[in-house]
Amino acid sequence: MTTAVFNRRTLLVAGGTLLATGASGLLLPARASGLAPTESMSGGANNYRKGAAVVERIGKGGFWMSGTVRRAGDGAPLSGQRIQIWAHTVEGREHEPQSHGATLTDKDGRFRLEMPQIIPIFGQPHGHLAYDSGEFKTVFLRPVMRSAKETSLEAHFVLQPA
Amino acid sequence: MTRWKSARAPLIWGALVLAIGVPVALAAASEQLAWRDPVYILAGFAGIIALGVVLVQPLLIGGYLPGLSAYRGRRAHHWIGGALVLAILIHVAGLWITSPPDMVDALTFSSPTPFSPFGVTAMWAIFAVAFLALLRRRLGLRPRTWRIIHIPLAIVIVAGSVVHCLLIEGTMETISKVALCALVLAAAVKVMIDLQVWRKRGTRGENAVRQ
Repeated sequence: MTTAVFNRRTLLVAGGTLLATGASGLLLPARASGLAPTESMSGGANNYRKGAAVVERIGKGGFWMSGTVRRAGDGAPLSGQRIQIWAHTVEGREHEPQSHGATLTDKDGRFRLEMPQIIPIFGQPHGHLAYDSGEFKTVFLRPVMRSAKETSLEAHFVLQPA
Repeated sequence: MTRWKSARAPLIWGALVLAIGVPVALAAASEQLAWRDPVYILAGFAGIIALGVVLVQPLLIGGYLPGLSAYRGRRAHHWIGGALVLAILIHVAGLWITSPPDMVDALTFSSPTPFSPFGVTAMWAIFAVAFLALLRRRLGLRPRTWRIIHIPLAIVIVAGSVVHCLLIEGTMETISKVALCALVLAAAVKVMIDLQVWRKRGTRGENAVRQ
């Protein structure tokens, strides 16, 4: 009796993996530089207001927006980067000034800002974030919450030189 | 049997009122409304009413609503079609006022929300049907030609509206929303089967609606 080293399942898994890596290699050519920059999301810049102030907290808080900022290529954390955040919350609509605020990343490239609870607007509970300080290329993100009941949301930036 | 017959009309009308009224009432009780301004609320309800209208339309044309003759049912179908256009205009205008960039994204099919293209496609199909219905006589469209135009557009309207509605996270309560969407689909499928819309026919007069 020989043990079948390759049964149907391993063959399928191996074949699938090979196909997936091969296909993704075709779609996204490997960059010598490594970590790819984050692209702006569609609709990310909607209701953006330039130059929101750096704040301790937006409004009365109760909801946490957090994430990281890294450099494209080597993935090094970027500290002191200004990230602007806004959303339709229990305290105001997306375009209203009190719904906007900014925060800075710490030495590990992390940011975290308390803001009012995000509520669904235009059919999806979502937030908006922008990196727009000029040193790197501007990026607008629009992460969507899995449920309107969640009390936190994350977004991650990988920036490339402007 | 006679008992069923006498109860049939109020039951059918009652079911229709509940099918549309319950989702509207539950949406009116949504806590989301507290964070919305009147224009946004109006826009949302115009959308819900529009979905209810999409349920009524096939029922009218199929002759399923007791007390309405075929002629009156069809007249009502025309007027309610006009009301549907109005509801969609209020829906889109209200959302535009609420957040212009999001509405522009939706109308240009470049929105990040997966439900928007379905809604916008259904909207254009509704406008197309209404426009052609107004010009139907002037263009001299024969019943068969009209059917070839209207039925595919009606399918687009029903499917687009249902998908649009189901994917939205808003004021509508989930179960009543799914139920209303299921009824919209069922009504459209039933009228198409009953009227055998895929068959070639000369005039509308030939379709005997099975009662």
